[in-house]
Amino acid sequence: MSRPVVDVRDLHTHLVTRWGTVKAVDGVSFSVGEGETLGLVGESGSGKSMTCLSLLRLVPRPAARILGGQVWLDGEDLLAKSEAEMRKIRGRRIAMILQDPMSSLNPVFSIGMQMREAVALYHGLRGRGLAARAAELLAAVRIPSPAERLRAFPHQLSGGMRQRVVGAMAIAAPPRLLIADEPTTSLDLTIQAQYLGLLEELQERHRLALVFVTHNLGIVARICDRVAVMYAGRIVEMGPVRRLFTRPAHPYSRALLESIPRLGARAARLTAIEGQPPDLARLPAGCAFAPRCPSVMDRCRVETPPETVVEAGHVTRCWLEAPGAGAPAGGRPA
Amino acid sequence: MSALLEVEALTKHFPVRRGLLGRATGLVRAVDGVSFTIDAGTTLGLVGESGCGKTTTSKLVLGLERPTAGAIRFQGENVLALDRAQLRRYRRAVQAVFQDPYASLDPRMRVGAIVAEPLVINERLDRAARRRRVLELLDLVSLPARAADLFPHEFSGGQRQRVAIARALALSPRLVVLDEPVSALDVSIRAQILNLLRDLQQRLGVSYLFIAHDLGAVAHMSHTIAVMYLGQIVEWGPADVVAREPRHPYTQALFAAALPIDFDTPREEVVLSGEVPSPLRPPAGCRFHPRCPHAMARCASEEPPLRPHATRQVACHLY
Amino acid sequence: MPAEPGALSLPGLDVPAAAPRRGWRPPRFPLAVIGLFVAAAMAAPLLGLPDPHAQALRDRFKPPGWQEAGSWKHPLGTDRLGRDLLSRIVWGARVSLAAGVLTVLVASAFGAAVGLTAGYYGGRVDATLMRITDATMSFPVILLALILAVTVGPSFANVVTAIAVILWARYARVIRAQVLTLMQLDFVAQARIAGAGAWRIITRHLLPNTLGTLLVLVTLQIGYVIILEASLSFLGAGIPPPTPAWGSMIAEGRDFVTSAWWVSLFPGLAILLVVLAFNLLGDWLRDTFDPKLRQL
Repeated sequence: MSRPVVDVRDLHTHLVTRWGTVKAVDGVSFSVGEGETLGLVGESGSGKSMTCLSLLRLVPRPAARILGGQVWLDGEDLLAKSEAEMRKIRGRRIAMILQDPMSSLNPVFSIGMQMREAVALYHGLRGRGLAARAAELLAAVRIPSPAERLRAFPHQLSGGMRQRVVGAMAIAAPPRLLIADEPTTSLDLTIQAQYLGLLEELQERHRLALVFVTHNLGIVARICDRVAVMYAGRIVEMGPVRRLFTRPAHPYSRALLESIPRLGARAARLTAIEGQPPDLARLPAGCAFAPRCPSVMDRCRVETPPETVVEAGHVTRCWLEAPGAGAPAGGRPA
Repeated sequence: MSALLEVEALTKHFPVRRGLLGRATGLVRAVDGVSFTIDAGTTLGLVGESGCGKTTTSKLVLGLERPTAGAIRFQGENVLALDRAQLRRYRRAVQAVFQDPYASLDPRMRVGAIVAEPLVINERLDRAARRRRVLELLDLVSLPARAADLFPHEFSGGQRQRVAIARALALSPRLVVLDEPVSALDVSIRAQILNLLRDLQQRLGVSYLFIAHDLGAVAHMSHTIAVMYLGQIVEWGPADVVAREPRHPYTQALFAAALPIDFDTPREEVVLSGEVPSPLRPPAGCRFHPRCPHAMARCASEEPPLRPHATRQVACHLY
Repeated sequence: MPAEPGALSLPGLDVPAAAPRRGWRPPRFPLAVIGLFVAAAMAAPLLGLPDPHAQALRDRFKPPGWQEAGSWKHPLGTDRLGRDLLSRIVWGARVSLAAGVLTVLVASAFGAAVGLTAGYYGGRVDATLMRITDATMSFPVILLALILAVTVGPSFANVVTAIAVILWARYARVIRAQVLTLMQLDFVAQARIAGAGAWRIITRHLLPNTLGTLLVLVTLQIGYVIILEASLSFLGAGIPPPTPAWGSMIAEGRDFVTSAWWVSLFPGLAILLVVLAFNLLGDWLRDTFDPKLRQL
């Protein structure tokens, strides 16, 4: 097994808010190989965005701090690097695409100027060569008439186009790892379909490791190889997409999958998850999902479950799966 | 089955004004000849992407905008010809719940006052009767009585939507326009709210105009689905028919893009090329023809009317 | 969105106590200074101070109490006509504070009304009102006050009028901008859907949501108005003598700055302290209620 492109081990990032210290990322570990796509799924407050920012060491200071763990990128620990070294890595070896393309692009500069900046930075090109490379990149993301588009301004492009431009800048280097944080949430459905196809194409061409953050399980099913489900700062289940979707091990994953209305099945009632998303400043002892879990046991309220292997490549954090598990209170559907 | 709401050839054009004197230089054809009906106690799902006109349609139904042309008939009466008093009655019968749970509740008012506001404006109840009704409404949406004395910021997004739903039901409306009611909520909360909406429909017999981009939610909630593109309806029919066997190429692409999470259902990949054109300059003929994988010569010049086909209505030259 | 602390849990579960207070540190210095001046101003007749109008030419230009030639009978010294400076400053506080508060209240009430109307109705109403507002804002206050002083004669009423007549425009602008933002929010549309008319929407929904901004603006402007009033009095177009007013007191001591420096200095210090206190209070209010107003 070749070395993964990125290997995160026991990452901890804390955030100081006026309601107390929040463990935004609480012992997260995962790895992504070349050409592989890992989906990072979770709701607001689950820690998925903070995890990505931690990989780039761009957590909002001084409120947030990375407290521990390791982030290995091609064998180098990013958490041990200096800020100057990180600057060379950001954009060049790790790139990130954010949700709102309007804020990723500077509204007062033309597309060309912004792309040139990215390209010049990584390749040291100038003048004609620079413009040509920028146009090449735009063509790679399927933007029609790329040379003319260089002169356009962000507000003249549609949302889908802007996301493509952002994508073009992201692969300018090209990087080893691309993190996409909900890049299609603000796009129309048909545009989203185009964009996902584009991401797959780019990934294959450059053998990128792709981390795709989303709350949309449909997207995960479409383009991810593996998926990690996050809840309250921890990964509660991780495994191959097909396996996790058909035989979820963690009650949260299961409840999430069951609560999503499906096309063509006008079932009588959706299975709703009771309760509210957790208040990260006041997490209960034990498993964070315990207050809402249909299969909760006494142990869950007291001790945090460790990571257990369900099958090769499929792990979860749940007392139901831990060796020597007791009988669950609610029972698990067969 | 009596039609509660009938919309016929509804049209809304917005002039684009430029210059110091605000001369009209163009026309945004936001809604261009839309017709549909909603029966009592049923849900019509309205789907489409940005610029399709679904939000404008909902505003026309709610009376927040006046149509440029076309008719809206509610319980048989022409809404546009109503006098003041009748219009008030119409307003009471048609209410709304909007997308953003943080913007739809006045942050300075307590929840009890928010829910009671429609009653205060429209009915002559004394304070005690109002309070009783408010508690009744809160109970309908599964909020505890104590909620009435709290402010919106003390609630989570899902709970605020419940408050918004309670307020919408205050005047016992016949039709509630739901404009993306769960899009801004966490995934784990959406099912709660959708279940609540369905329960309320069964209990109260209220109809919904359900607008959402989450096609799964629309298919789950709706009895009929209408698909809009650039101000027009391209397909309209029973929900499972439209969702499972869409006929219009745009509907097919849309539902293909909806990305179900079932691995067993075979899915056809229909990826559209190009961008959604602007409603300022819709293409000639069939508005979808520049992006349609099945476009024929005819499509560039002739606009297809909405015709019945295979238990639904489609506007496409293929049929 | 993560559940805010104090959020209800549902359904049927118990409601926890109200949301915890944020770090609430009231601004002690500004409140103390303002409190002191307000208290002194209101209690002026009861403080047992010498009559501010009483002239005693024998005692003119007495230096402050801690100086050699001074005495503690006149702690801050006396002016050109032998009037006690401390007493005049305290009585002057009544004038300055009254002018400041009254002017600002009148201007803000009118300005807010204009802003709310313009923001709510939009279209031509808005355009017309804003044009009037812009024209007003460009008119210099001092000039207007001088004109009034020359034509009608200087008085307290003239000062308040002259300033308020121009000041309201600032409020109108700010409130209108905020109303425009509020109008985008769904709860206004919801009120319309519920059948609310213009009056109800403006008074019940828009106005309460602008009160925070108004409060900040009012507080920040009181200092400005006090300085304006002092300037007018200094120029002789404000509060006419013999009523003690800080501005005219500074003017009276203008020719003696090197010899009897205390006559101009102490009123000046009073202005400085009060205006500074109001500005700090306004900053704190702004930061607490609406950090978006930071550019004010």
